[in-house]
Amino acid sequence: MGNTIAGTPVSTGIAVAPIARLAPPPGLPADSGPEADIAAAIENAQRALNAVADELGARASATSGPASDVLFAQSMMPRDPSLAIQIKAQLEQGKSLPHAVTGAFGVFRAALEAAGGYLAERAADLDDLNNRTIAELLGLPMPGIPNPGHPFILVASDLAPADTAMLDTKQVLGIITELGGPTSHTAILAKSLGIPAIVACSDATALVDGTTVLLDGASGKIRIEPSPAEIEGATAHAEQLARALAKSSGPGKTADGVPVKLLVNLGAPHELDAAAAADSEGVGLLRTEFLYLSKVTAPTVAEQTESYARVFDAFSGRKVVVRTLDAGADKPLKFVDHGHEENPALGVRGLRLTKRHPEMLTDQLAAIAAAASKGDADVWVMAPMVATPREAAEFAAAAHEHGLRTAGTMVEVPAAALRAHQVLEGCDFASIGTNDLGQYTMAADRMQGELAELLDPWQPALLELVHLTAQAGKDTGKPVGVCGEAASDPLLALVLVGLGVTSLSMAPSSIPAVRVTLAAHSLAQCSELAKLALTAADAAEARQLVSDASQSIA
Amino acid sequence: MPERSVVVGSTVGLHARPAALLVQAAASQPVPVSIAKKDGDFVDARSILMVIGLDARGGDEVVLRAEGDGADAALDAVATVVAENHDSGK
Repeated sequence: MGNTIAGTPVSTGIAVAPIARLAPPPGLPADSGPEADIAAAIENAQRALNAVADELGARASATSGPASDVLFAQSMMPRDPSLAIQIKAQLEQGKSLPHAVTGAFGVFRAALEAAGGYLAERAADLDDLNNRTIAELLGLPMPGIPNPGHPFILVASDLAPADTAMLDTKQVLGIITELGGPTSHTAILAKSLGIPAIVACSDATALVDGTTVLLDGASGKIRIEPSPAEIEGATAHAEQLARALAKSSGPGKTADGVPVKLLVNLGAPHELDAAAAADSEGVGLLRTEFLYLSKVTAPTVAEQTESYARVFDAFSGRKVVVRTLDAGADKPLKFVDHGHEENPALGVRGLRLTKRHPEMLTDQLAAIAAAASKGDADVWVMAPMVATPREAAEFAAAAHEHGLRTAGTMVEVPAAALRAHQVLEGCDFASIGTNDLGQYTMAADRMQGELAELLDPWQPALLELVHLTAQAGKDTGKPVGVCGEAASDPLLALVLVGLGVTSLSMAPSSIPAVRVTLAAHSLAQCSELAKLALTAADAAEARQLVSDASQSIA
Repeated sequence: MPERSVVVGSTVGLHARPAALLVQAAASQPVPVSIAKKDGDFVDARSILMVIGLDARGGDEVVLRAEGDGADAALDAVATVVAENHDSGK
């Protein structure tokens, strides 16, 4: 019988198939010095570059949407005349062909990196093109998604956007990566494609191509060479769950009938229809950044009112919690001088921008209030990046002045959680943003893949802060919700409810699994699970303890 | 030398598809076309790597330049592509 390895579960579902490994990038051979025939070398390079361009071009036309757009631009890069000029120059300097190619890509890579932001992210795409060209030149297996001729579970150290853009969900039944975290590109993509996935599984390096594994995207466990009985058990379990999910509907509640509001997160206008169609009690987090991010000048009150009114219309009769502008850090605005900040995640962002630009907040509150008065959605507002009770109270007062009855505070700074009693005294509710609260609690940049383990929402320190905030809510009689990745994990949702949270806001597709899991546990059971999680030494242990103790059918 | 000033129509700027379409348009002209951000250095508009490296955003003004027979027609053709909004699905 086989054994079991584990990683961080990021996309639920069961998959059984042989594994196939993503070919690693080719190594660069030692520089063998000047090419004897430079003209022939250039021709050779062009042949390899054309082959790479052809393959990417074919992939671009076989796909659609944003992935296709990126691939389309990428497919033109190998044929770029400036690249050919650079390769020629490097050959003339006396480099061997593979080094000339890598050197030429390196010149453009450096320029993109120096530009920073979006362009720096594209630098990785150039590495991918370079690797493909070198593999072509050296006759090595092309790095990228394998094609073993049958459905498989993809194993990789990590996945690049260019790799994942073309995943065929009929062939790739599951994903296992050795690196990455719950917020990584792979995690987000796997979830959106509905492929079961486990990341940060360091033991996956030992898996041999062709080995059959049973992957459980809910628990993070991978059974190597499972027995027929194990496969049957897991499949039956998955089918039972799918049936239960399909049947579930209505407001969230525990097995003993304690209501827990199940809400959706909404971040962009094109998500509105799907979000409104979901069986939810409303919107727990309406991100308003989309109104501002692409703008060159500040949107007018009328423009904003119209956008909010569309959302409130779609959620007529339901609750909508609007988060006021959370700009700065990774979300800079074109029409605001953010200045230079060494460490923008700790800088003037979110509510803190109000001191510099008070009109941005008052305009926004006026627009929200105007839109709210037109419909019958139950409109709440909350401020991002609140650190002190005074900030919370000032925001709530401003919102009340604009006629918005329910004004609350995002809890994403540990200071706000530690002083939750005082914060809640000055406002009407709190909503915990677990991603940012995790980042600030663990002093770990959300964008830093290496620190993924610290950013795991199961970290007991983070749960401790959720507990503090939720208890303050209980004491003051005010609702405390969680919006963020944490709420979409059914097992963690039980823990959050056990800690005292009264609403959960998540991606619409995550609601059924959370609803079903919650309905299978009483509040007392949730409290027990929460206690267990708080006793754990780290995130993995917390997840393990709760998973073993719960009667989760998810 | 004939020049055209154009405002970038695509919200994503001259990245991804809009950049690729611009480069394709420039490459199909009988004369070389170069492009710069307002007050910036000119680069070859037939080079996708150089064009993306300009980091021209939606709403930015860019200048196109070409010389020789058919320069005006070439500039018009490329300018049209820059001014259009190519963002898919929006």
